[in-house]
Amino acid sequence: MKRTLVVFALIVVFIVVAQLGTAQEPAPRVVEISAKRFEFNPKQITLKRGERVTIRLISTDRAHGLLVKPLGLDLDADEGKPSEKTITPDTAGTFPAICDHYCGSGHGNMKMTITVE
Amino acid sequence: MKNEFDRRAFMRISAMSIGAGALLQFSPLAGTARANAMARLFHKQNGEGPGAFSIVQLSDTHVGFQGPPDPLGTKAFERAVDVINGLDPQPDLILFTGDLTHDSEDPAEHAKRFKTFRSISERLRVKKRMHVPGEHDAALDGGVLFRENFGETHYSFDHRGAHFVALDNVSMGKPIVGDEQIAWLKKDLARFPKTAPIVVFTHRPLFDLKPEWEWFTSDGDAVMNVLAPYDNVTVLYGHIHRENHHTAGHAQHHAARSLIFAFPDPSTAEKKPLPFNPQQPFKNLGIRTVSGNTAARPFVAGIDDVEISIRELSGTEGIQQMLKQGESL
Repeated sequence: MKRTLVVFALIVVFIVVAQLGTAQEPAPRVVEISAKRFEFNPKQITLKRGERVTIRLISTDRAHGLLVKPLGLDLDADEGKPSEKTITPDTAGTFPAICDHYCGSGHGNMKMTITVE
Repeated sequence: MKNEFDRRAFMRISAMSIGAGALLQFSPLAGTARANAMARLFHKQNGEGPGAFSIVQLSDTHVGFQGPPDPLGTKAFERAVDVINGLDPQPDLILFTGDLTHDSEDPAEHAKRFKTFRSISERLRVKKRMHVPGEHDAALDGGVLFRENFGETHYSFDHRGAHFVALDNVSMGKPIVGDEQIAWLKKDLARFPKTAPIVVFTHRPLFDLKPEWEWFTSDGDAVMNVLAPYDNVTVLYGHIHRENHHTAGHAQHHAARSLIFAFPDPSTAEKKPLPFNPQQPFKNLGIRTVSGNTAARPFVAGIDDVEISIRELSGTEGIQQMLKQGESL
């Protein structure tokens, strides 16, 4: 019985500490990117090196992708089904982003730029 | 190595110029006993042992595409068909590596383009023709029209002692082959010895050639890992509308020219189609010949990328095209 109580107390302490840790971490900035055939909006975004940021892709017509390999971004969104990923860019630079879900004849021109400074 | 094609006749009948040719050598088959065992394996499986082969690869015909940078529509494709029909001897297999058609939002119009593609390709005297889809054929409808016209989007077969694998890396909308197809590939290859010549044909490059231009396949590494234990792997693909050669491990990757318009070298900053040149309307467009003998020791495949020209330009222009770069009359 005594042992059970000790284990229970440790679990409670762990949960409280974990929640405190989470609460202290600021929520990442959210950057929304809207996609429709055959363009992204905005066409350029700027992120800060070392800053946690959530990239959210929203489609207003059909399936689109957002691929930026060097930033580890590979999102897919369909109309009404956004997708997102939180990243912390660690390298400065200008990175081309493309739609990698084929969406029609103008698909090849569907691109934007992400700058990390 | 000696090509099976009579190259001089090839040029004579068509006023073609050899663009850039590459002679490529596969790793030799190890030992007569192993080679004989492989011959027996192929013979047992399909009644066909290793031997001489000659193949033509055609890519990116984009039937239905109109407007700049190529105002000629299907003319280069039709010219290529005429050129191939003039070959003596005839190649024994034609591989089409995707973007046979240009897509349309209207399924009926897209179906019409498939029909036009077939009406042109069926003029080829070579009856053994195999196809894989490009994104313009299959990405919008998941490959429905492609299957109606040509059957499954991935499959395999043996030809003259080489094992051919058709891979689909477009019809899921994204540039992926997918776990299911990769599992199928593993199973398909398992019955072959590691020295068997394997030819993969697909639309997009299976390595990161230039991802920001969409010249990649997301799970290309996983596919190449399955192929890695095999000594003689050749990957023929299209998509990039230009010739490209790349070696990684035991695998050699070769991109073919298109038959509609060309893209620039990947080292350039912008992916902008090369402008149409009315003096040389088919410049940078072309076909590929692959020839060799799977029974030869070592096994060697000759690969020639051939730029087509039109008969009307077989005078000074034709000669000019046949000169090496930098030379003049």
